[in-house]
Amino acid sequence: MRRSMLFLPGNNPNLLINGNCLGADAVIFDLEDAVSPAEKDAARILVRNTMRYMDFGGCERIVRINSTDTPYWKLDIDAILPQKPNLILLPKTSSAQDVLEVDAYITKVEESLGMERNTVGLMPLIETAMGVENSYLIASATKRVQALFLGAEDLTADLQCKRTKESREIEYARTRLIVAARAAGVEVYDTPFTDVNDDEGILADATLAKALGFTGKASISPRHVEVINSVFSPTQKEVDYAYEVMEAIALAKEQGKGAIALHGKMIDAPIVTRAQQTLAMAQALGMERGN
Amino acid sequence: MKIVRSASAGTMESSDAYIEIEPATGLEIQLESVVQQQFGQEIRSAVEEMLRENGVEDASVRIIDRGALECVIRARVETAILRGKGEN
Repeated sequence: MRRSMLFLPGNNPNLLINGNCLGADAVIFDLEDAVSPAEKDAARILVRNTMRYMDFGGCERIVRINSTDTPYWKLDIDAILPQKPNLILLPKTSSAQDVLEVDAYITKVEESLGMERNTVGLMPLIETAMGVENSYLIASATKRVQALFLGAEDLTADLQCKRTKESREIEYARTRLIVAARAAGVEVYDTPFTDVNDDEGILADATLAKALGFTGKASISPRHVEVINSVFSPTQKEVDYAYEVMEAIALAKEQGKGAIALHGKMIDAPIVTRAQQTLAMAQALGMERGN
Repeated sequence: MKIVRSASAGTMESSDAYIEIEPATGLEIQLESVVQQQFGQEIRSAVEEMLRENGVEDASVRIIDRGALECVIRARVETAILRGKGEN
């Protein structure tokens, strides 16, 4: 379960060591934009040690490495892979070829460490116009790809438009990525909302992202984590309805009926699938039936 | 492995440590820490271990600790050593 993913700057010990108690389902140790070129070496070693010595409990550990057009990305993988991160976030992924290049290198390092292939997942960060257009090919390039991640700040720069709170400029990219990811059978995560002090803004933005079909949303501030978790969790009413759906289906089978209605509405396969997803999430969150 | 130039790593911020390393004859470690009384020996041992692991026998090392965890101090010392060796 990854409702929220919190970025932590890779060269800031104060934030890194407290990352596991900020409420996010996953933390992203950032070796890319949050770290100046002169400090890339220091951040790489610091993140490696944090992952090696700190217990993050149920909080997933993701590392944003540097992009393949820099001299750092292989050094990042060499240092980070032995710590078995859940995912590598690959910035500026614009083509399936980018994914295949990194996949081949990770495979080589996994082999050298005696790790099973695909132990470490890959999450391409789509933040270029070319990346958006190639999103399905990227998502389905290798089995290592577990999710797509939308990065709106770089994308809007590439699109030569202004990034706004209303986010109309990324409507196409958002829906395109969701369709591509779902078609490829992987998860999809929304870009962070960057105004740390706008509580109404983050609620509206996360609600829209959830309504469009994103699995979860990233954040650059611990302040946004609680709102994101709340938006991407099922409500008690949704959980109760999911239980009713599953009971109705069980009853229909028992009675040998091919179709069944609940509250005057036909229960079909997509409704059952959604109920199963809701109950799986409710179970992960420890939510029980309310009535 | 020799320290061939002066180098530093880390910051003076809370939970971090600032390390300076210089070429020298023999090993000299100077530690300033807000938790010197309670953890001074542990910090020194961690620094000595990092120097040993990296084959550094001659160096002057100054550590200004701002309440960093051991894994942070080790990271900063390792970075300073690599920079001092001219490898970074």
